[in-house]
Amino acid sequence: MLRGMKVYLDYAATTPVYPEVIEAMKPFWNEKFGNASSLHSWGREARTAVEKSRAKVAEILNCQPEEIIFTGTTTTSDNLAILGVVGSCGLWVVGRGIRVGNGGRPHLITSQIEHHAVLDTFKYLEKQGFKVDFLPVDKYGMVDLGKLEKAIRPETVLVSVMYANNEVGTIQPLNEISKIVHSQPNPATRLTTHFSQPVLHTDAAATAEYLDLDVKKLGVDLMTLGSHKFGGPKGVGILYIKKDTPVSPITFGGHHESGLWPGTEAVPLIVGMTKALELSIKYRVSSIKKVAELRDKLISGVLEKIPDCYLTGHPTLRLPDITSFVFKNVEGEAILLRLDAEGIAASSGSACTSGDLRPSHVLLAMGIPAEEVHGSIRFSLGRETTEEEIDYVLEVLPRVISDLRNLSKGI
Amino acid sequence: MTGISSLYSEKVMDHFLHPRNMGELPDANGVATVGNKICGDVMRLSLKVSKSKTKDQRSKRENGEEIIEDAKFQTLGCGAAIATSSIATEMIKGKPLKDALKLTNQAIADALGGLPPVKYHCSVLAVEAVRKAIKDYKNRLK
Repeated sequence: MLRGMKVYLDYAATTPVYPEVIEAMKPFWNEKFGNASSLHSWGREARTAVEKSRAKVAEILNCQPEEIIFTGTTTTSDNLAILGVVGSCGLWVVGRGIRVGNGGRPHLITSQIEHHAVLDTFKYLEKQGFKVDFLPVDKYGMVDLGKLEKAIRPETVLVSVMYANNEVGTIQPLNEISKIVHSQPNPATRLTTHFSQPVLHTDAAATAEYLDLDVKKLGVDLMTLGSHKFGGPKGVGILYIKKDTPVSPITFGGHHESGLWPGTEAVPLIVGMTKALELSIKYRVSSIKKVAELRDKLISGVLEKIPDCYLTGHPTLRLPDITSFVFKNVEGEAILLRLDAEGIAASSGSACTSGDLRPSHVLLAMGIPAEEVHGSIRFSLGRETTEEEIDYVLEVLPRVISDLRNLSKGI
Repeated sequence: MTGISSLYSEKVMDHFLHPRNMGELPDANGVATVGNKICGDVMRLSLKVSKSKTKDQRSKRENGEEIIEDAKFQTLGCGAAIATSSIATEMIKGKPLKDALKLTNQAIADALGGLPPVKYHCSVLAVEAVRKAIKDYKNRLK
């Protein structure tokens, strides 16, 4: 019996900051505290740190430093990507039905399983009058490529599909998506003036520690990353913008970040995030092996010990760290509270945990019935997860599920 | 306590972690199921109602008054749904029917030391279960 253990299995929500990251940030709070826009030595010191970070991130993503924009959060990166592309084709005028170019009215495509930072931005644009297609997914959470191909029109300006899903871990075939998006027939027939091909954006927030971030191999034009998902500090994000991709600013002020993300650069956070990304890449191979082994142990243990439950997401094309289960005839928040009382942290797609009483749109899109979505639990592992912790979960979870099912026996 | 349980009062957590009166009454004479699985919360309440045989001076009970002798619940739902079900059974046990019918969701929430606003509907569900089970008892008498 391992009573009193504290087991954090919610790394997909956020990760602890690497000690090396804290160390790297330290001088930038009150020693090298300058404004990176200032001309004096303090300013130049800060500017150097920001530009070194930009160069390092660019190296990891296999792009040019000027293609990297530092932003506020993952959410702001997503917003800038989507609203920025739409804005560059005459945003609000277009939304109100006035056509631009040679008759083109921008059309947008995304998937039904995006993070709310993407999904809600598209829903907002839809309300403004834009045409948006929300692509369906199969039962594994994989975007239907045939439907994507059919959805693209001469006036499509933007396609946004996440790299891997944060709730179930399914990895999308971005490379194939890129080929479809970027192989539109004769650009001359396209109805938009400065989009010879649609722009492809991906939210890669869930992937930095485990998947290849080479933007050229992925074939994306825009890619979002968020610092706190890979051992960096909260409050800073990255947006990769391929050279010549039409993106307009969505907030206004100074000339910072090529004018696309105005506001004084958060130097300590940018330095810390870059260090965290470097470490994630350095440890990637060993993390994948270790985390995937523990994940497999958790999956087989849960499926073996607990009746009436199943794994969600793709059986093989999935992130090494995310496991998501549905436990029939139990409610997710009740499971989380019981687990929390025993020191285990996880998360749920149940309506009761969402704050707005809506069950997970991801699981619903995968065709899982609402009453089963209420019983969904995600355990997301991290580089610090141990085998002992998985053993503890496998000891506690079957008892929790069985207790709660006893409470509703016969219903 | 930190984490998600800090959303709830100690009393809610106590009733959630140690539910009172859970299960089914084999000799129930009033039963109700409310809520539905698609919304995520289902509560089933069973009551054993009997008529008091002697006049009880202390509680001013009339002879023959209908009393909820026992109450048990089964709930499929979130922490608040389980806690409201549990405390509702405590609040109606031993009470005359006419008093149990006066139970309000506010009284349940108050007895639990408050509920987060998004969980008020759970206390409404518990009241609905009590009223429906009493109605079932009365229908059976017809």
